[in-house]
Amino acid sequence: MTVTTALPSFDEAIATYEPVMGMEVHVELGTTTKMFCGCSTAFGGEPNSQVCPVCLGLPGSLPVVNRTAVESAIRIGLALNCSIAEWCRFARKNYFYPDMPKNFQTSQYDEPIAYDGWLDVSLGGETSETFRIGIERAHMEEDTGKSLHVGGATGRIHGASHSLLDYNRSGIPLIEIVTKPIEVPAAVAPAVAKAYVTELRELIRALGVSEARMELGQLRCDANVSLRLPGDPYGTRTETKNVNSLRSVERAVTYEIRRQAAVLSSGGTIVQETRHWHEDTGETTAGRRKEEAEDYRYFPEPDLVPIAPSREWVEELRATLPEPPSVRRARLQEAWGFTDLEMRDVVNAGALSLVFDTVAEGASAGGAKKWWLGEVARVANERGVALEDAGITPGDVARVEALIAEGSLNDKLARQVVEGVLAGEGTPDEVVAARGLVLVNDDAALGTAVDDAIAAQPDVAEKIRGGNLGAVGALIGAIMKSTKGQADAKRARELILERLQG
Amino acid sequence: MTGMSSLTRARASELATAIKNGEVSAVEVTQAHLDRIAEVDGTAEAGVHAFLHVDADGALAAAAVVDQKRAAGEELSPLAGVPLALKDVITTADMPTTAGSKILEGWRPPYDATVAQRLREAGIVILGKTNLDEFAMGSSTENSAFGPTRNPWDLTRIPGGSGGGSAAALAAYEAPLAIGTDTGGSIRQPAAVTGTVGVKPTYGGVSRYGLIACASSLDQAGPCARTVLDAALLHTVIAGHDPLDSTSIAQAVPDVVAAARRGADGDLTGLRVGVVKELGGEGYQAGVEARFNDAVALLSKLGAEVVEVSCPHFTYGLAAYYLILPSEVSSNLARFDAMRYGLRVGDDGTRSAEEVMNLTRGQGFGAEAKRRIMLGTYALSSGYYDAYYGQAQKVRTLIARDFEAAFAQVDVLVSPTTPTTAFPIGEKVDDPLAMYMNDLCTIPSNLAGNASASFPAGLADEDGLPVGLHVMAPVMADDRLYLVGAAVESAYAAQWGGTLLEQAPALEGTAQ
Repeated sequence: MTVTTALPSFDEAIATYEPVMGMEVHVELGTTTKMFCGCSTAFGGEPNSQVCPVCLGLPGSLPVVNRTAVESAIRIGLALNCSIAEWCRFARKNYFYPDMPKNFQTSQYDEPIAYDGWLDVSLGGETSETFRIGIERAHMEEDTGKSLHVGGATGRIHGASHSLLDYNRSGIPLIEIVTKPIEVPAAVAPAVAKAYVTELRELIRALGVSEARMELGQLRCDANVSLRLPGDPYGTRTETKNVNSLRSVERAVTYEIRRQAAVLSSGGTIVQETRHWHEDTGETTAGRRKEEAEDYRYFPEPDLVPIAPSREWVEELRATLPEPPSVRRARLQEAWGFTDLEMRDVVNAGALSLVFDTVAEGASAGGAKKWWLGEVARVANERGVALEDAGITPGDVARVEALIAEGSLNDKLARQVVEGVLAGEGTPDEVVAARGLVLVNDDAALGTAVDDAIAAQPDVAEKIRGGNLGAVGALIGAIMKSTKGQADAKRARELILERLQG
Repeated sequence: MTGMSSLTRARASELATAIKNGEVSAVEVTQAHLDRIAEVDGTAEAGVHAFLHVDADGALAAAAVVDQKRAAGEELSPLAGVPLALKDVITTADMPTTAGSKILEGWRPPYDATVAQRLREAGIVILGKTNLDEFAMGSSTENSAFGPTRNPWDLTRIPGGSGGGSAAALAAYEAPLAIGTDTGGSIRQPAAVTGTVGVKPTYGGVSRYGLIACASSLDQAGPCARTVLDAALLHTVIAGHDPLDSTSIAQAVPDVVAAARRGADGDLTGLRVGVVKELGGEGYQAGVEARFNDAVALLSKLGAEVVEVSCPHFTYGLAAYYLILPSEVSSNLARFDAMRYGLRVGDDGTRSAEEVMNLTRGQGFGAEAKRRIMLGTYALSSGYYDAYYGQAQKVRTLIARDFEAAFAQVDVLVSPTTPTTAFPIGEKVDDPLAMYMNDLCTIPSNLAGNASASFPAGLADEDGLPVGLHVMAPVMADDRLYLVGAAVESAYAAQWGGTLLEQAPALEGTAQ
């Protein structure tokens, strides 16, 4: 079914249909050890170097629950305003797949540790309207290993000659957070979906339970979307899997709304299925249909005892909750003097903590924001990495700002310094030294350049003498050229005026 | 304690004392048992065939370590130097572990089970790994992929199951101690039909870490021996909390050795014994009932107060068990998929992983394993879960309540261990339901998790084969089993002039 060419625009789609969404987010916890054994969870180890009989599912091995993971789950639940189960169990989700060593996943089924909560999100900008997203549940489970398909195109299993299995990830603790149906005005639905995931990510980071970096798979999102005519019951939904960037969340939901609208308006019906998200084309394609879905044969995990968090423990954990991200943001926005729009840009870029840390290192908020959302964002985007992985630290950015403030760099030179740091040339001071990026602002050196420029362009000099200050720029341009951009433009202007109008 | 034959006939407690006193070396004791194994164990085709793997070098080396420790004047633990037969469903880092299945043939686990580790730490010498029904599923050891074990009382008969290998090794004097595992009776039923002692401790009393799971909520490893005191000594070695097993109980182990010693005095005055009304009558062999009634009379004579107790839900135990067990089996056995260890069939570069999995499971599992995987898969399926698994769990709760109510009136419950004595090999292989009936009396304790045991109670008149007395005690009251078992044992020893096993016909050595 090729409907791509006939897709209505988003506005056309929502002119007729109302979307209903449901988000399922998996968060990989940042515990030191795995969910059910003592193996390390460190990222990037040699394949199969962080495994033991338990996470390899060897015959006879048994799981033991990681207390810190339960603690994190409870804290996430509390931060999402959930009730915490007085008694809950793990369950086995049975299905066969080579990257799952026991051929069942130890998860939670009908007895999640946290349930029935909410999270407020706002879109920022001019409207300060908030949307309350209902949380159905948050439950604990273990991650699977990773399959690497070799010999086929683009690493897909189709056409591969063989597969390699890495079980380092097997058994890493996951928390799955499932929303209730999200019903918001159609026009903002994709933005709300994105705002929800953004807010959830901030919350997880604030809790310190995970770095929640989507590009590392530490936070993964599945988006359920259905359409209905206003007043109708819920339509059939599709579940778009692995929508793993904030931008993609908005795009995938938008696409699914348009695609489903096309199907429905041409008299078709939506099939309940999973769909694959294609980041490159911005489209989804059909995955497994409901009738092909596995019967997971859930039953309570007999190798584990029930978890019954005492109310005292829950209250102790509640006392450790950080300031909610929305409150923190409001506080920081005021302290930094940002407009709503500026603050939204910072948050959407995932730069809140970076700006915070840069300010803590002594930079102005505006200066910090300028670099993280400007030069650093541009380079990170080019390389397809997160801001924090671009190769520059908040301390570096603060140092560049300090050099500007003390007059050693102008904006143009500072940009070159940042470029140098991002290129791996060292600290800002090392880049300055290596590239010889020093602002020429001593009157002797600058004076020569000024005299040369005046001599070279007598007609311009004449205009300035005649009071035409707009002509100063032409001389400064020449001075900058002759000093390779290292002239202090402000002082150069002063010297020109001294000579020609003094 | 001289002569090889007396070494293999000696009790574990006697051997340990003799080794400690320097009357015999652990190496000599071990060698005597290795010789006995070579003499009588035979092969899949003939002989007892209790062992799937004998590690002569490893055993002798372990024995030598005990001798060195003694020579160095180090303190020896109570069973140091005593040989033991380990059921091949418990992982050992130095020996293959097959669980009686072709799908694991040749697999060498990279780790020791907690039980194996505790045995080694106690200086117990592991002779080898014993035969069992595949993944401990069966009551005759005929479901082993490596051929049946034969009952030393009569080599044409089954030694019980699934732990037939461990029980037969004891009855054939190949080892004075053995470890079994009991999911529905796999320690107790083999003990009953071989005239030996088998104890299923309280669920959670002995670590399951390294016990290849049959049904996780029912499995329990336990001691097997020829005498009650020996079983108690072994119980003490393997029992106790293990942080690697979440279902292991973090409480002190009941003092089973003291109970066994006290019981040997033969005074049960004040003990309240309940005869379970529902476990007997129709379907029970006359000779089994007769010996059971004798045992009940004996308990009275020893001072116990005997009453009849009704446990109405025990009737549903077998049905509930055969829903819960296969459900857990279907999930536990899913991991045997050829991807990481064990058998791999058809991996010739033309087949997908899924095809290799299917081929391997098709060829690697035996009929009973497949039967239970299919039953369990069905019972857990969406739409059937509530009617099958869900209902069975309710029955399980009701059975646990029956026990609670009964133990409010009495200290222990008794029944025959099995409805019949050892039946001929091949008689029930084509009739799974008849085979399942073997575990009628033993299953309720697995469902409720309480402790129970089988002790020799004489020979059935009609076939001259051993009958077991089944004793059930409350959760974490394992000591009561030993109290009763030792009292019965000492009274019968006086009556019979020795152990029941001494009445067994001489075993013809197949290797001679």
